[in-house]
This record gives sequence, structure tokens and C-alpha cells, in this order.
Amino acid sequence: MTMTDPQAVSQPVERVSAKTRLKWLRDMMLIREFELRTMQAYQEAKIGGFCHVYIGQEACAVGCIAATNPDDPVITAYRDHGHALARGMESRYAMAEMFGKIGGCAKGKGGSMHLFDKRTHFYGGHAIVGGQTPLGAGLAFATRYENEVLGEGKKRVTLCFLGDGALNQGALHEAMNLCTILELPCIYVVENNRYSMGTSIERGTSMADDLSTKAAAYGMPYFQADGMDVCAVYNVMKRVVDRMRSEQRPAFVEINTYRYKGHSMSDPQKYRTKDEVSEYEASDPIRRLADALIAAGALNEDGFKELNQSVRDEVRDAIKWAEQSPEPDPAADLYSDVVTEPFGEYGPTSLPEMCDHEPGDVPESP
Amino acid sequence: MGAAVATRQIQFREALREAMTEEMRRDKRVFLMGEEVAQYQGAYKVSQGMLDEFGEKRVIDVPISENGFAGLGIGAAMMGLRPIIEFMSWSFSLVAADQILNNAPKMLYMSGGQFGCPIVFRGNDGAGGQLGSTHSWAVEGLFANVPGLRIVIPSTPYDAKGLLKTAIRCNDPVFFLESERMLGNKGPVPEEEYLIPFGQADIKRAGGDCTLVSFGRPVHFCLEAAEKLAEEGIECEVIDGRTIRPLDMDTIIESIRKTNYCVVVDQSWPFGSVASEVATQIYERAMDHLDNRVYRVCSDDVPAPYSKTLEQAMLPNPGKIIKAVKQAMYLE
Repeated sequence: MTMTDPQAVSQPVERVSAKTRLKWLRDMMLIREFELRTMQAYQEAKIGGFCHVYIGQEACAVGCIAATNPDDPVITAYRDHGHALARGMESRYAMAEMFGKIGGCAKGKGGSMHLFDKRTHFYGGHAIVGGQTPLGAGLAFATRYENEVLGEGKKRVTLCFLGDGALNQGALHEAMNLCTILELPCIYVVENNRYSMGTSIERGTSMADDLSTKAAAYGMPYFQADGMDVCAVYNVMKRVVDRMRSEQRPAFVEINTYRYKGHSMSDPQKYRTKDEVSEYEASDPIRRLADALIAAGALNEDGFKELNQSVRDEVRDAIKWAEQSPEPDPAADLYSDVVTEPFGEYGPTSLPEMCDHEPGDVPESP
Repeated sequence: MGAAVATRQIQFREALREAMTEEMRRDKRVFLMGEEVAQYQGAYKVSQGMLDEFGEKRVIDVPISENGFAGLGIGAAMMGLRPIIEFMSWSFSLVAADQILNNAPKMLYMSGGQFGCPIVFRGNDGAGGQLGSTHSWAVEGLFANVPGLRIVIPSTPYDAKGLLKTAIRCNDPVFFLESERMLGNKGPVPEEEYLIPFGQADIKRAGGDCTLVSFGRPVHFCLEAAEKLAEEGIECEVIDGRTIRPLDMDTIIESIRKTNYCVVVDQSWPFGSVASEVATQIYERAMDHLDNRVYRVCSDDVPAPYSKTLEQAMLPNPGKIIKAVKQAMYLE
């Protein structure tokens, strides 16, 4: 039984207001500009460690997240800058995090691969491939539990993003099985950019030409979207999100996309041709939406330039803010947040009392 | 509130069940999830009857997929629920290593304090009885190396109940290590509610000649050894650490100041073990109070064998402890 939903693919793109599409355009342009400046800062050694940029995939995060409610949990893997920004994290907190500064969303303790933002229900970037997929099941479990056991009277869905590389990790398969068995409203969104680092999906994944089989194995409905078209992504995701919110069960979505840059900042990209990259760049999601808006008379070249200027200003401000944010203070910050009730690093000097305060209050960023 | 005033005797497994049941009545955010915890009534009958009381939304059977359901619990904890995840055996937690070691203990830190992880993982730890290498893990030596965790390892029904209640209320991930070999042990547990704070060792037997420090099931081996040594006029002080993280070094050092000799008994392997850590901290803080080096009694540095004879030879036992005490005190 193939679980492909014929409705989702055959119906025309839902009509979305020009104002909303202009917002999506700016969201995607912001991510693009943010990532370009991220690469620059990395090359200037202002950002360290592993760093994976989202250029080319912007329509995935923006289109998917646009289909959710603000309090639907969102969780993703290590290529997480785009999702954090699309979810509403201020770019300065994301940039300062990568600069390893105290003004970062995680006080400089997480870095590029571990962005978190409780305010926007963004449950993090997770850097072990596939490791976020059981967590996504848990977020969905919690929303269902809150609704049914704690009586919150609100149905939520969880978006759990993963790359095609995670398709081969056991964690995903355990998580999908659990989601179906326990009827958890978790939507697994596979951003299929065709490469897990240097391994093409054909070399690494069985049934790579038909990922609906993965969904069918766990009895989940399968949906597919063109990830180079933000309207198409939204159109599919809106239906999936609404349906799963109502039915409170899991789904599996494949979004066909492409990353223009290497897997990480240190990737010579010998596994693909420049022509292949150019081919995808020709159907760039930002240019595509801008052209459509211009054709519809909702945007002109001056308006596009203005948008461009506004995201450049915002990211420039983020860089400046990240540069000016203080370094964490080892004396104060190294040992904070290890546990909620610190008992010392190496044998307690004062014994902890009962723990009875709420976990994880959102810290005020400077 | 001490065990001495209690008259009621219940099994270790009943103490665990009472702790979970009381906390689930107290806080609806608490739920129990694991293999065979619901319909089967618990692989070791720890959760017997809990499905009837709390229903299938709060006592939840999951298929054999530890990495999946351990991670599910962590995700739920990030949202503020308070999961109790039962591992049938801590040996099986190894397939969930990424979740329990990468995600649970580091979430608070990696998120800069935004997302806590108030979760309890509990199950049988240590040798069961001829279960062979893969099923006989004492994980405390391995996991104690990781910051961000609490590791609790009770030796009596009284401690098990009070510590498990604290674990469920704790806002950090707790690894709660039980023993299949002790689940049927009976001990005094009062009817009235009590909690035992983490990081407070318990002196299970007072004595002035040699300090014995242990955790979990080997505490009983220490008590047996102490009994026999007392017949020879050697009075051991038996300290049950009760929690490994946090570790109550103050109580241990106070005892050593009195006895000047110390033997640490630990069911993990000796290399980089809990015993090694205790000994090191003793050297760092109380070198001047020692009249000999700290002796360790650990499991032998081999995979757990199946043969009963070999398994008994590998594990700590009263005979090995008596010998170590005598060596530590220059009596042998």
C-alpha cells in the first residue's frame, strides 16, 4: 500500500497573499545573507568548529515552518541556522552563538550545530545524525500527553527535520515505529539534498528512488514537495500539518532540495560536478519567488533591492552585535548549566537539597 | 524518620513501586515507560498493578527499541514532562548510548540553560546470576565519567524508595541503578512519606578500625565482612555512598580521620572505576589521615564469565573484602 496522498500533489497551489509571500521572500533572503556572512566570518576564523550552511535549502525551512502554529515544537539536525531563523530566533543571537559569545542563544556553549530557542519553541539543532528523531517523537508524545492527560485542550504537531543521511540511522527507524505504535503527531521532514556529506543517496540508501517505501514500512502517510519552490513546500506542508493536527498521528514528508555549498566549510566537493550545482542554482528558490512576485506586480526591482538592503543591514547588525558581545567568563560560565542544582565539579563542598524548581527558565540575552 | 522506627517490612521492588506510584499520584506530569511495564506487569514485577491504577496513557509499553524510547523520554522531558524510563537491564542501555549520554546530560548545557531534562532512567544493574558478559554490566564505572548526570545506587528498600522519589522530583537526568539480585530483599520502610536527598552517604554500620566504602549490592558484602571481622575484634565502619554523582566525600573523609584505613568496594571493573575515583579524592583531601594506601575491591578486569565458579571468582565478595581490610591494616 503506498501512502502517497493524491490530493496533496494534484491540487493547485493554495492562494497565498502577496504580503505573506513577500515575508517568505525576506525570510529566505535573510537566511541566504546570514549564511554568506557566516561563511565569511568562518574564513576569518571568527567562527570555529564544524559549520554547515543552508544555502539552497531556504525554501524548506521557510515553507514548512510557515505551515505551523507558533507553539508547535520544531527540532532539527546540525544544519540548523535556517530553521532557527525561520522559526523566529533573532539573527544576532544565532550569530553570537557561532562566535562563541555570551550573547549567543546558548551563551556560546552550543555553537553552530546546537542552536536552541525556547521562546520560539525551537528544540534545537542536534549534531549526531538521526539523534534528533527520537527526541521529535518525545516532543510529539509530550504535546499529546499535555492535551489528553494534563487537559490542555490543544492539539499540536511536531516538525522533526532530518537530512537524507539520517535515513540510514537506526534511531530514525525506532522513532518512526514508536510514532506509529503510540500514535504520535510527529511529522518527519526529510530534506533530501541528495548527499550525506560525500555519499550520494543512491550509494547509501536502499530504495533511494522511492522514499515512500520508508513511510509505508511504518504505516505513515507519505508526501513529497519541490524544495526549490517555497509555495509548493507550504502548500503540501499546510495540508500535512492540518491533517496531522486533527488526526494526531505521524507523517513522512520528502522535500527535494539541494545544498549549493559543501557539506561543511571544509568540503572540497569532489563527489559532484559544477554543472550539477549550476543546474540547481538556476532554479534558485529566492530568484524563483522574486520573479513570481514581480510578474504578479507585487514587487519591483526597487522593492527587491530594498529587501536586499534590509537583510544586509540586519545581518551586519548581527555580526556587529556578535563581535561586541563579551566572551563567556570561565569563572562564571564554565560550570553553569551543567545541572540545575550544582553540586560542584569534583566532590561537593555543599550538599544539594531537594530539587523543586522549574527547569530551564529562558535566560535573558544581554 | 529513620529506618529504625519503621516496623513494616516490604520488598525492594515494592519500595520502588511505592515511590513511583506516590509520585505519579502527586504529579500528573510523571509517567512510566518501558518494555513490559504495563500489560505484562513488569518484567521483574516492579510495576505490578500500576497499569490498573494509572491507565495506558501513563504506564506505557514500548517495543524493544531502547534508543528510540530513551530518546522519546528525553524529548518529552525537554517539554517539561517527567518521564520514568525503565530499562529491563542497564546492559541494554548501551544501545541507547547516544540518547542517554549525548542528549540527556548535555541538553541543559548545550542550550545555555534553556532546556532541562528531568528524566529518570532506572533498571537492573550489575551481575544477575550467570547471565554472561553482555547482560552483566555494572554501568556505574562507565557512566560516572559523564558530567550532567545524577547516579543513584541504593542498597536497601528504605533507601530505594526515598531516593527514587527524590530522583523523580529532580530536574536533572538521573540514572537509577537497581539490582535484580536485590529486588526480593525485604527491609523496613515506613508508611509515612519521606525523601532522601542526593549526596548524603549513610553509615550502615559504625566502627573505628577501618572504613569500608561501597555502593549498591556490594554494601551487603561489606556488612557481611564487617560482621565476621568483628568476631576477630576488628570494627569496620561501613559507608553506603547511595549516590555516586553527587558523591558525598565529606562523610567518607570524616570516617577516615577516625579509622586511618580505607577499603573501597565497587562492582565495576577496576580501571578508571568508581573505586579509583573515591580513592583519588581521598588522596586529594585526606592523605595525611591515611596510615596505608587505599585498597580497592572491584570486579576482576575480565568480561563477566558464565560459569558460576568463574563468575563468583570475578565479583567482589565478603572473603575478598576481609582480606583487603587485613592487608590495609597490616594484619596480613
